[in-house]
Amino acid sequence: MVDVPLGVGGVPPAEVEDVELYHPKSWVTHYVFSQDAKIIAVQYSVTALSIGLVALMLSWLMRVQLAFPGALSFIDADAYYQLITMHGMMMVVYVLTALFLGGFGNYLIPLMLGARDMVFPYANMLSFWFYLLAVVVLFASFAVPGGPTGAGWTLYPPQSITAGTPGLAWGIIMMLVSLMIFIIGFTMGGLNYVVTVLQGRTRGMTLMRMPLTVWGIFTASVMALLAFPALFVGAVMMLFDRLLGTSFFMPEIIEQGARLPYGGGSPILFQHLFWFFGHPEVYIVALPAFGIVSDLISVHARRNIFGYRMMVWAIVAIGALSFVVWAHHMYVSGMNPYFGFFFATTTLIIAIPTAIKVYNWVLTLWRGDIHLTVPMLFALAFIVTFVNGGLTGLFLGNVVVDVPLSDTMFVVAHFHMVMGVAPILVIFGALYHWYPKVTGRLLNVPLGQLHFWVTFLGAYLIFFPMHYLGLMGVPRRYYEMGETAIYPQSAHDLNIFITVTALLVGAAQFAFVFNLIWSLRHGREAGGNPWRACSLEWQTSATPPPHGNFGKELPIVYRWAYDYNVPGAPEDFIPQNQPPLAGEIASRAP
Amino acid sequence: MIIVVAFLAIVIVIAAWWLSTQRIMSKPWLEIGFIDELPGVRPPPTKIGLGIFLAVAGVLFALSISAYSMRLQSADWWPLPAPRLLWFNTGLLILAGAALEWTKRQSRHADLDGVRFGLIAAGVFTLAFVIGQLVVWRELVGEGYFLAANPANAFFYLMTGLHMLHVLGGLVALARVTFRAFGSYEGRGERDRLRLGLELCAIYWHFLLVVWLVLFALIAGWAGEFFEICRQALS
Repeated sequence: MVDVPLGVGGVPPAEVEDVELYHPKSWVTHYVFSQDAKIIAVQYSVTALSIGLVALMLSWLMRVQLAFPGALSFIDADAYYQLITMHGMMMVVYVLTALFLGGFGNYLIPLMLGARDMVFPYANMLSFWFYLLAVVVLFASFAVPGGPTGAGWTLYPPQSITAGTPGLAWGIIMMLVSLMIFIIGFTMGGLNYVVTVLQGRTRGMTLMRMPLTVWGIFTASVMALLAFPALFVGAVMMLFDRLLGTSFFMPEIIEQGARLPYGGGSPILFQHLFWFFGHPEVYIVALPAFGIVSDLISVHARRNIFGYRMMVWAIVAIGALSFVVWAHHMYVSGMNPYFGFFFATTTLIIAIPTAIKVYNWVLTLWRGDIHLTVPMLFALAFIVTFVNGGLTGLFLGNVVVDVPLSDTMFVVAHFHMVMGVAPILVIFGALYHWYPKVTGRLLNVPLGQLHFWVTFLGAYLIFFPMHYLGLMGVPRRYYEMGETAIYPQSAHDLNIFITVTALLVGAAQFAFVFNLIWSLRHGREAGGNPWRACSLEWQTSATPPPHGNFGKELPIVYRWAYDYNVPGAPEDFIPQNQPPLAGEIASRAP
Repeated sequence: MIIVVAFLAIVIVIAAWWLSTQRIMSKPWLEIGFIDELPGVRPPPTKIGLGIFLAVAGVLFALSISAYSMRLQSADWWPLPAPRLLWFNTGLLILAGAALEWTKRQSRHADLDGVRFGLIAAGVFTLAFVIGQLVVWRELVGEGYFLAANPANAFFYLMTGLHMLHVLGGLVALARVTFRAFGSYEGRGERDRLRLGLELCAIYWHFLLVVWLVLFALIAGWAGEFFEICRQALS
């Protein structure tokens, strides 16, 4: 243990002078080409949420086709594959990654750390515009001849660039280019998030006093910086294969009797590159969610987070471990069984730090003063959903169980629970929680509760039956089950049930969108700190926070972010920038 | 993929060492009061940013090399000859890095003419490197080593191309620093900024050189034997 000098009140003067901020001069530099992390955060979030709505509607079309084959005449097999591909890619990369890191990261990192802004505001602005360009390219692929690619979100070669897969002409090229632009843009943003955490913290804000939200976003950013290059290299090589006729991934192929000019390439190589990015990606989405949930639970249960230190270590451990599990997505690719054993072991080991986190959340709730606010409802729902989705992960992580289940609806149900529903519940919870800071007004509560219950129960009604379909052997990625006798009538009935529920749950999301817009003007005034929370973003000089975030003086941090219900304190929370109270040090000295 | 995992392991060890200096064993719930930063000067944010960027670029190259080593095993691999000119280009890149290092020295002695001269020299050497690489490409294409003809060719063009893109990106930064050196040069702030820019360029050029030496070793075929030894040791 390091002996920490705990200065009582006597804070030495700052040695480093305050940063110089860029001050916008016109409306355009203020709101459009903004260098203020808060505006960039809103730009990121609104873009990502809009894409989320589009991807949601794509999933509606897919569900209608599965339940009532042929009901929508414009959906043929090709269109169905295009829907699947675009839905998956949009949700994973352009919604979840962008929202957690670009949206919440930009808004919360500087505010929670007591910084005036990100350390490289210009690169931060560029990051958003690269992201928007990537989105434009992605959406433009709907308009090119042949439509978007239908290769599946994993884009496995050789099928992704051979005839028969829709979007061969233009779609796949646009997809790869869009991903490359996204990665370049993200790298600029990611450098910002990481360096701001390392360098931008205010005085007294040691790493171990940062809120867990920042820890989650920070670790996820580091991971994303190291994982996205794999997708980048894969995309470049595939572009070469598609456009220049190289054979990085393309083996010798005979197409309609004619030999294609490819030869000797390795499709497995692409799978390695893809999943070297793809698996960390799961935790790039999950770690910010873990962090945010920890904060939501602590604030709304009025109790300090249980095992803060362990939570930090678990986040870091999960981040490191997630780089050595990628091949568990490739058990059926014909790889050496010893590799399978190795990757199954590492996969199951991740359950340990993850379980530590779940226990700590539950122990935080225990004997807490639980307020069932809307953010809290979503946070609690996340814990349940993440455990449920994680448990099926234990099934799929075992090679022998995975082999019969792979490429069935069971897999679809698993990753939608753990990587789809669970993080999105956190996003909703976080939006209800921080919306008052962004806009100064609270979201409507009855509407929020309606949104919560329909979404939470509906998600279970959609994805629980899907596990049964998978166990029956219903394959994923088939655009209809057809006249196959092996599936009983109940499978068809379940499909219809899932589709109807999905339409209803999707519709409920529009109530949320309405709430977001309506509350901008008509929501209840929130004040500076409606949840009575300790962390610094709630202690700003004004709400919404002004340019530069804090007033003349940056706050000085005297404690961690979880001082709720401290015995002897005048209120049930003590803000992080509150100097020690009389007698407090003696009562809490180690 | 062992290569990229090994590279990541190095990154993780560095990160773990750094974390271990950040009081991660402390008990924040017991520590009330002001804790000042650990003594010592904080490095400037741009330097940290560059360090992290180098890790990212390093992963990019480690991944390419991993892919290279996997593809190397296939039967249709015909290594292409390493043109002599590559040796010359390597020399140019070394000279560019040395010039920047020398310029850094000059800036410490506040020798502005030296700084300007050094910056121009580094820029010229680097540009010559880029042109040299392009000449190598033309030479190889002229001899029939087309991009799509063989995976060895494809990897050669891909990896030298990726490296060249990084060199060009560095040249943009170098141009900015050069303009700064030729612009108004008054006040301590300006001088410190110039010195920092020089230092960052020098670091980046050394990184480019290391990456290039590794790639060159692969292209020249020395790495093939190394991979073979590793494979035998592993199997």
